Amino acid sequence: MNLALLGALAKTFAFISIIAIGGATATVPEIHRQVVETMHWMDDTAFANSLAVAQVAPGPNVMIVGMIGWQVAGGAGFAVAMAAMLAPSCLLAFTVGRLMRHYSNLEVVDIARQALAPVAVGLILASGIVVARAADRGALTIAITGAMTLFVALTRANPLIGILAGTVSGLIAGRAGLFV
Amino acid sequence: MNDVLNFAPPPAALKNVTHRDLFLVFAKIGLLGFGGVTGWLRRVLVEEQGWLEDRDFAELFGLASTLPGANTIAVSIMLGDRYQGPSGSIAAVTGLLAMPLLILAGIASLYGQFANLPDVKNAIAGAAAATAGLVIGNAFKMARNMKPDAVAYLIGIAVFICAGIFQLPLLWTLLAVIPTSIFVLTIRKRVL
Repeated sequence: MNLALLGALAKTFAFISIIAIGGATATVPEIHRQVVETMHWMDDTAFANSLAVAQVAPGPNVMIVGMIGWQVAGGAGFAVAMAAMLAPSCLLAFTVGRLMRHYSNLEVVDIARQALAPVAVGLILASGIVVARAADRGALTIAITGAMTLFVALTRANPLIGILAGTVSGLIAGRAGLFV
Repeated sequence: MNDVLNFAPPPAALKNVTHRDLFLVFAKIGLLGFGGVTGWLRRVLVEEQGWLEDRDFAELFGLASTLPGANTIAVSIMLGDRYQGPSGSIAAVTGLLAMPLLILAGIASLYGQFANLPDVKNAIAGAAAATAGLVIGNAFKMARNMKPDAVAYLIGIAVFICAGIFQLPLLWTLLAVIPTSIFVLTIRKRVL
């Protein structure tokens, strides 16, 4: 096992973990810079493939870091890269969560929380639009996104129904030649 | 500092959420979150489990979004700690990551064979479009349930324009919006 390589993986991703505001998705350019341009661990094609695989899988997009670790140093690389990426930001979240609760009586904390709530709604709406743009392959995908938005906003039904309907529509539309 | 670390969760308004609940509920969120977990996070925590009101969820999610790392992971850490302390955080984050990691390993080994089949590509495109609708629908529901005042609307719209329309880096969006919002809210509190 190449300990120097694992050490370099740990160092690289521990650093990225600290600066990854916006999560792994927003940090992809920086990860690309470190992994492809600075460390030369993989080429552009391999990087794009790792990204695609991580996006197909469920769960937080931080998984792309595990994929990169895997390609660089196998199973050990996967574990080291994930741990290095998760530990610093998790400890920070834990500490900040406690501090916010502990000082919840302070006026400034109260005002910060009041400001953060609408920020969250704006961010979620924005990420929905970003995902919709990434998924946009013409009128059909826009229609699916619009229908799902209404389905979720107006009913309490299980969204899985809508996801399955979208999946099947995509499959059928492809077979019928509706996608370019 | 020791005081902070020993701080127990406030007893009021806390349901009896066990380690097992934390693990299983976050495992469900992770498992369902194809194309991102954000849409399912609110659906499961607020609507299905009733652990949080929309406003609590929004505050937690907003705080998590200002920290480095995945905001869903930060939510699992903070919520796990709120119910069961540090071991609750570990139960929640393990649940969130366990199934996706297993599935990722499976997909990584099969992806090369299947990714370029047109049926697979088209089905994934349909699922991704629906997932986008799930996220947008959740935002509308949150806005409706939180009954925002004019200032809250302005903050939300400003964030949406920066991050959704202009797609500025999140750090810039937060640096522009949060200090301004805190300033405006403080002035309003002092004046009114």
